[in-house]
Amino acid sequence: MTRETLINSALALALLLVPLLAYAMDEPFIITLATKVAILALAGVGLNIALGLGGLVSLGHAAFFGIGGYAMGILASHAQSYTAITDWPVLIEGTKSMPVIWLVAVVASGITALLIGALSLRTSGVYFIMITLAFGQMLYYFAISWAAYGGEDGLSIYVRNSFPGLNTLDPIQFFAITFVLLLAALLFSARLARSPFGLALNAARQSPQRVETIGLSPYRLRLLAFVISGMITGLAGALFADLNRFVSPTMFSWQTSGEIMVFIILGGTARLFGPVAGAALFIILEHILGGLSEFWHIYLGLLLLLVVLFAKGGVIGTLAGREKAHD
Amino acid sequence: MTDLQTPILETRNICKSFDALKASQDISLDLRAGEIHALIGPNGAGKSTLIAQIAGGLKPDSGSVHLNGRDVTTLPTAKRARLGLGRTFQVSALAMEDTVLQNAVLGALGAQGRPFHLFQSALGNASLRQVAEQALERVGLQDHARTRTAELSHGQRRQLEVAVALTLQPKAFVMDEPMAGLGASGSKALTGFLDSLREQAPILMVEHDMDAVFALADRISVLVYGQIIATGSVAEIRAHPEVRRAYLGEDA
Ligand SMILES: Nc1ncnc2c1ncn2[C@@H]1O[C@H](COP(=O)(O)OP(=O)(O)OP(=O)(O)O)[C@@H](O)[C@H]1O
Ligand SMILES: [Mg+2]
Repeated sequence: MTRETLINSALALALLLVPLLAYAMDEPFIITLATKVAILALAGVGLNIALGLGGLVSLGHAAFFGIGGYAMGILASHAQSYTAITDWPVLIEGTKSMPVIWLVAVVASGITALLIGALSLRTSGVYFIMITLAFGQMLYYFAISWAAYGGEDGLSIYVRNSFPGLNTLDPIQFFAITFVLLLAALLFSARLARSPFGLALNAARQSPQRVETIGLSPYRLRLLAFVISGMITGLAGALFADLNRFVSPTMFSWQTSGEIMVFIILGGTARLFGPVAGAALFIILEHILGGLSEFWHIYLGLLLLLVVLFAKGGVIGTLAGREKAHD
Repeated sequence: MTDLQTPILETRNICKSFDALKASQDISLDLRAGEIHALIGPNGAGKSTLIAQIAGGLKPDSGSVHLNGRDVTTLPTAKRARLGLGRTFQVSALAMEDTVLQNAVLGALGAQGRPFHLFQSALGNASLRQVAEQALERVGLQDHARTRTAELSHGQRRQLEVAVALTLQPKAFVMDEPMAGLGASGSKALTGFLDSLREQAPILMVEHDMDAVFALADRISVLVYGQIIATGSVAEIRAHPEVRRAYLGEDA
């Protein structure tokens, strides 16, 4: 077992033990915080596939987070008001079933990622950052003006959605759902990195010329990475909305994109557990510093600066050293 | 080598300008089965520019490129590679963070043409790995399979460039200065290797190392200021007065 595997296991275990302890000590707020870490980490695992493996600096991933959120909000709000979403050409009704909501969230963010990616991946560097940002902002303003679903005020859902066999209103049970989904995404992401696709994508980041010279198209590799990445972040969006029982255009804002990227960099870009370490650090700081000062983002910014300047591998990189090459 | 066969690789009347600079002026040359065709010329003559137009990174202003009789002028680099063009770079373009084996497996993956497997392991795939390991063995890098590419010496990187091209089993090799910076023993070893490679596929080779060129080339083309001023056998080029003046120097 490498040092990094050891650290990753410890992180996963801590994320599981903290809410279990909180459950034993009857501290539901801590469980909710841990749930938030798991969900944000999931969003980060998604972005990290584009950012870490593909080298695609997308500043528009809030688009997928928001689409996941609104998929949940729209389906659940219709279910709670017993109205159909549309009755033409076919009747589509809302639902309170999490698996169905997740499926819709993943498919909708996947299709959106395909469209955004197909256009934005024709550019690179700063242009790519700007175009993804622009698409994100487009959806943000669209959500603000979408009066049918709350416009600027967003949508409240009164009761958390359901999952067969579980009481999702119980914080520890909802946490369990998010934790299992996070683990599944991490497992998938780890396999992806070692797969032929991961090898080619990672090479396209380091030397696109090389990838073309052996007969593969960097564009197609990146597009698939962008779609997979958007789907996972979309799933996280649906869970985030379910945690808060609330969706609003803020989920689409560029600050959301920025926050996900910031905590990935804090945790360790391109490291499997970078998003987990980063999300945990982010939530912890938000609660310690957020209690001390309204302007805690300044301290977060300082920390980010330090990491970028002195600890490029983030938390994971600092603890585990340089990544071991696979064999 | 007979002159009657169709060339494996051919450029016809290629022209390319960068603003006022004419980097390629009406260049027609060909590469035939079994031969090593060396392209020589002073710095800035337009050799790499020509290679880029053959490999697909750069579009000619006019003229065409043919691979096995097929016009590939408008095809992207990746498509030309799939049609059998194996290329190495003057400045090596490898995945530096990856291991030597990973770079070779990447080549094998390109040859296999199915990169969209998300679940199997790339290095655990026996057929990919076999192709990669064979290629590394042929260039003598088998003992460095697990070395990070960034840690290779300059010469080893050149070997890896060739190994990755080998994994593609190309129908024609295009190599931009494979000997550059190798040192005497390194370039001697690579000369021997390229000599044996021509039976597998012909090589169009840009090279400054004249000992290597004279030892290997069946034909030499001389490029000066974007123009081919002569094409011929080693003896012909050595005797060519214009070449002696323009490139080899009067006393060569
Ligand atoms: N993309 C470009 N834009 C403008 N000028 C270019 C470009 N690429 C090459 N050139 C110019 O074209 C000329 C030919 O360059 P090229 O790299 O093909 O020369 P070369 O024969 O390979 O030289 P060397 O032996 O130094 O590798 C040079 O003057 C170079 O500056
Ligand atoms: Mg050159």
